[in-house]
Parts: sequence; structure tokens; C-alpha cells
Amino acid sequence: MGQLVYIKDVVTLKLDREKCTGCGMCLLVCPHTVLSLTNGSAEIENRDACMECGACAQNCPADAVTVNAGVGCATAVINAALGREGGSCC
Amino acid sequence: MDKEKKDQSKLENQNLHIDDCCSKPSPLISIESICRPSEEKAQLSLPSLNQPFVVGSIQTPVGMVPQVSSSLIWKDHLGTFRARWGVGRMHYTIEPGLYALGQPDKDAPVLVTANYKMSFDCLREAMPVRDVWILVLDTKGINVWCAAGKGTFGTKELVGRIESSGLDQVVNHRRLILPQLAGPGVAAHQVKRLSGFKVVYGPIRATDVPAFLDAGLNAIPEMRCKTFTMWERVVLIPMELVGAFKPTLIILPILFLLGGFGGQEGFWANAFNYGLFAVLAFLSAIFAGAVLAPLLLPWLPGRAFSMKGLALGLVVGLILAVFRGGHLTDLSSRFEILAWIGIVPAVTAYLAMNFTGALAYGSDHALLPKDGELEKGCFFKTRTIF
Repeated sequence: MGQLVYIKDVVTLKLDREKCTGCGMCLLVCPHTVLSLTNGSAEIENRDACMECGACAQNCPADAVTVNAGVGCATAVINAALGREGGSCC
Repeated sequence: MDKEKKDQSKLENQNLHIDDCCSKPSPLISIESICRPSEEKAQLSLPSLNQPFVVGSIQTPVGMVPQVSSSLIWKDHLGTFRARWGVGRMHYTIEPGLYALGQPDKDAPVLVTANYKMSFDCLREAMPVRDVWILVLDTKGINVWCAAGKGTFGTKELVGRIESSGLDQVVNHRRLILPQLAGPGVAAHQVKRLSGFKVVYGPIRATDVPAFLDAGLNAIPEMRCKTFTMWERVVLIPMELVGAFKPTLIILPILFLLGGFGGQEGFWANAFNYGLFAVLAFLSAIFAGAVLAPLLLPWLPGRAFSMKGLALGLVVGLILAVFRGGHLTDLSSRFEILAWIGIVPAVTAYLAMNFTGALAYGSDHALLPKDGELEKGCFFKTRTIF
């Protein structure tokens, strides 16, 4: 069914181009091809496809990528909406 | 009880924080000196040879490594089937450690996976006539994607498992192939720093691993993108049904008996009229949410899964209303229908939303999560979806 895209402009993914060394690790681990490499620096090309899994930030040796990653299934979402503790379902 | 649990998990978190010296290197002390005191060597430990899927053993400098085959026996298939239906799914594990697929030598590639048996089976089944080492991490029986999200398929476990398996003595090279979906848990540069092994992220799907190996460890873009095909959705339906089964068992008799109190006729006559319709309506909602929603996913309107479920539920509710049309004689019957047009979409939307946790990303992927993991750690933020 093609690329999965979510609600627009809510993704917390950030890239610090000053710190980026252009190693390309974030491109490799991203399951939704959100990032691209141009002129020796990573770039967020498809922000709304990001699902905030956190793989890019975890694997960035220069700490240039940050994203507010987290767990979420229906139970977790409902818990969060009700203001209960524990963002996880398990 | 709940408080106790919370305290304990708090404690665990703190421990985790303290132990997790590898994630935030202190500028004053070298990481190696904290994480790997030179005098303390990890104890070697290999998985037991007495596991039903082990077909032999391979002699290595660290001892006898259990050997497995790429062809699954009926017991493996039965295990997969049972896990898909939620039977013993939380304990479907194998012993972590190093395994040999075929006859690997000192130059054979090392693939890393989770100790969820289905993940392990998918990986070896994908690689007939290959000789590779498989390093199985202790993820507590959880698939790669979900375990990576929770951190159990992580840098610390990987580095520890490399040491306790004596991997540096078993192979000449210093390279590990990890499923790409392990990315959220593993920091490749830190693994390299702590163990000397270089992490290469392989394809998402286990079935692409042979092609990846043949291409000199290069993944084409299609191998790096998570899909969610019809079949990938179909295999998750049983788990959806099982999830809905328990509440349904409780709700159905209640609906049936509640029906008995409505209407002007006797209790049982009412129960068979209103109660039976209620049961039918509820079952339709479950069927729509757990079976139809996953199947029709790409064609349902809306982006959020809850929205898709709501739309489907409305259609089902309206069909039920038409079906019930002949009884719209008095006000209470009209309220009855109105209520169900409200309830059915709600149930369907909830189940469809649940599917976001199950599926979206824990599907076929095999090195990798093979299974939607509703209770286990469904990764991924639904916030962006709903």
C-alpha cells in the first residue's frame, strides 16, 4: 500500500547539520527512508513518514540526530490520554 | 500490589541507568575501563545441545556449538501456528548464545537475532544451503523489533553475548550482521568500541538475507523499507481474535440476558428477540474490527487506524440497522437501533486501533519480528497515528 504516512507536522525528529559528519548510518537504519544524504550531510527529506522509532538517533556517532522515541499501542495511548502513568502497554 | 510493582520497576530502571554506563561516556574516564574491567572476563557459555531443533554440534575453540538445519520440522511449524494463536506465545523461546547453521568455518558470517523462536526459525528457514553462525540474544522471547524498542535487543546485551559466546575465538573476522530493525536498540558505534565487532545492518526481512550476503553485504532500497502487505496482515488476524475473545465471552451472555429485561413479552421471548440481536451485533463488530479491518486496511478511508475502524463500523452498523428494519415499530426499537449504530463503530474502531500496535511494524520481518506483539512491547508511537 505504498509509503505509510501519518499526521502532518507532529514528528519530533531533529537534525543538527553542524554536528553531522555525513556517515550515513541514519539512512541505513531508517525503516521509512525519512533521511537522505546531500553534499556530505544528512537531511530530513520525508519528515511525515517518520514513526519515531529512534534508530537514527541511537546509531548516530555524532549525536546529530534527536527524536523523541517511545512505545505506543492502543493501551499505551489510552493510558496516556487518561493521564495514567506508564507509557507502555506491558 | 500495584505500588510494589511500580517501586520494583522504578528500581530496575535505576539499576538500568547505573549499569548503562555505555550510553553516556564520561569525559574523564575511558568507556572501556568502566564497562570492561580488564581483570573481569565474562564466563563462557554455549546453548544446550539438548534442544529439540538442534541436529548436531560443531567443534570450536570454545566448545561444542549446537548445530541447526535450515529445514523446519513439523514441530517448528506447530510452534509457529500455536504462537500465532497466542498459545504459549510469551514463552516461545530458545536458549540464547551461539548456534551454527550448516557447517560454518572461521570466516563464515555471523547473523544476530532474538531468542523468540519464531524469529530464529524464520531466519534459518530463509537460508537453505548456507553456512553461517547465528548469535541469539536474550530478548526474553520477544521479536527483534519490539525488543529493540524496549532495549532488550540492545548494545549491552549484544556486547555481553559476544563475550560470553567467545565469538572472537570462533571467527577470524570482526563483523556482525544485524537485522535493520534492531536499530532502535543497538548503537553500532558503541558496539564497535566495546567489543571490536563492526555492526552491519542487514535487510529488514530474513528472506532477503541470502541476496544481501551475495551482494557483498549490500541491501537494495526495497530491503530497507518496511512494508505491510496483505499476507503480512492476514497472519496477524488470529492474534487479534484471541485478544478480543476473553472480553467477548463475558459480554455476550450479559447482552443476551439484558435483552430479556426489555420489551413487553416474557423474559426469554425478549432475550431471544433483543438479546440475540445484541449478541449478533456485537459479534459483527468484533468480526469487522479484527478481521475485516486488517484485510481492507489500505482501502478504508482515513489515515488513523481508529478512523478506518470507525468508518467500517458505521457501515456494519447501518447494515445491521437495515437487517433489523422490520422491527422499527415503536420508539424504543428505534433507540435500540440508534444505540447499536453507536456501539458497533466504537468496538470496531477500538479493535482497528489495537491493530496499530500489533501490526504495523511487527509483521513479516523475520530476523526480525515475525509477529504482531500486542502485549509484548508494541513499539512505535501511535500518537502520530491517531
